[in-house]
Amino acid sequence: MPSYIFWLFSTIMLIGGAAVIAFRNPVASALSMVTCFVGLAGLFIGLSAFFVGIIQILVYTGAVMVLFLFIIMLLDLKDEEKRARGLAPLAAGLALVVAFVVQLVGILSQSADKTAPDLDKQTLTNAAAQFPKDSKIAEALTDGRLPDIHLIGHTLFTQYNLPLQLLGVLLLVATIGVVTLSKRQAD
Amino acid sequence: MPTLNDYLLVSGLLFAIGLAGVVLRRNIIIVFMCLELMLSAANLSLVAFSRFNTLNGLPDYNAQMLVFFVITVAAAEVAVGLAIIVALYRARQTIHTDELTSLKG
Repeated sequence: MPSYIFWLFSTIMLIGGAAVIAFRNPVASALSMVTCFVGLAGLFIGLSAFFVGIIQILVYTGAVMVLFLFIIMLLDLKDEEKRARGLAPLAAGLALVVAFVVQLVGILSQSADKTAPDLDKQTLTNAAAQFPKDSKIAEALTDGRLPDIHLIGHTLFTQYNLPLQLLGVLLLVATIGVVTLSKRQAD
Repeated sequence: MPTLNDYLLVSGLLFAIGLAGVVLRRNIIIVFMCLELMLSAANLSLVAFSRFNTLNGLPDYNAQMLVFFVITVAAAEVAVGLAIIVALYRARQTIHTDELTSLKG
């Protein structure tokens, strides 16, 4: 990914993120979060993680943000009124964040940097040797394409089969939990 | 070409924004959104490590599996969390953390 596209998407993402905490209206915050996640999905796709980029859009900006907006409108939240609050919590919070950023910059300026290894036709063709000869993955790799979704599926259903099943149970438990929580208690 | 440290810096800044929101904001829904921002920042660094540390010439898909699981668990967490917020609003008619002080000693 060329540098200017990286910085473009990073700026979109960071401005979106800052807008989430800057807006007083919750609906505006939720919509800035959509902007933030679209920028993030651009970064994922620039890292050749196409599947993760797509599910970032589908799951987060599609499902999760609609859920947030639905709850905001269900509760009929107004703009937060300005209220006087102590200077101490504000200063403590800002100090925490500034300390975090200073540490981050300090560590990154000392750690060894790395450029992305090439994913050119030669590397991909060599990588095809790990897969059965006539499989779809090997074919795509020999053509010099990165079959991202096939590789994710391959990893998920061979090495991560048990965690995937457990995830299904987790989603079931979450569904039952939500139904129980939102049932009106009998008085 | 952006380097690994560029991605880690951007991911750390997004995490810092999320942290600032969790600490500074008082609306519990915004706090919840900022938690999601922090999870996404962690995902960005995982995907960056996956791309920059290739395994046999391909991106390391173990990292992307972790991202997949994080996104799924986060979706379940949002559903349960928002149900709790609705239940809280029904009981107290507020989602402002300053007014929820029952557990304060």
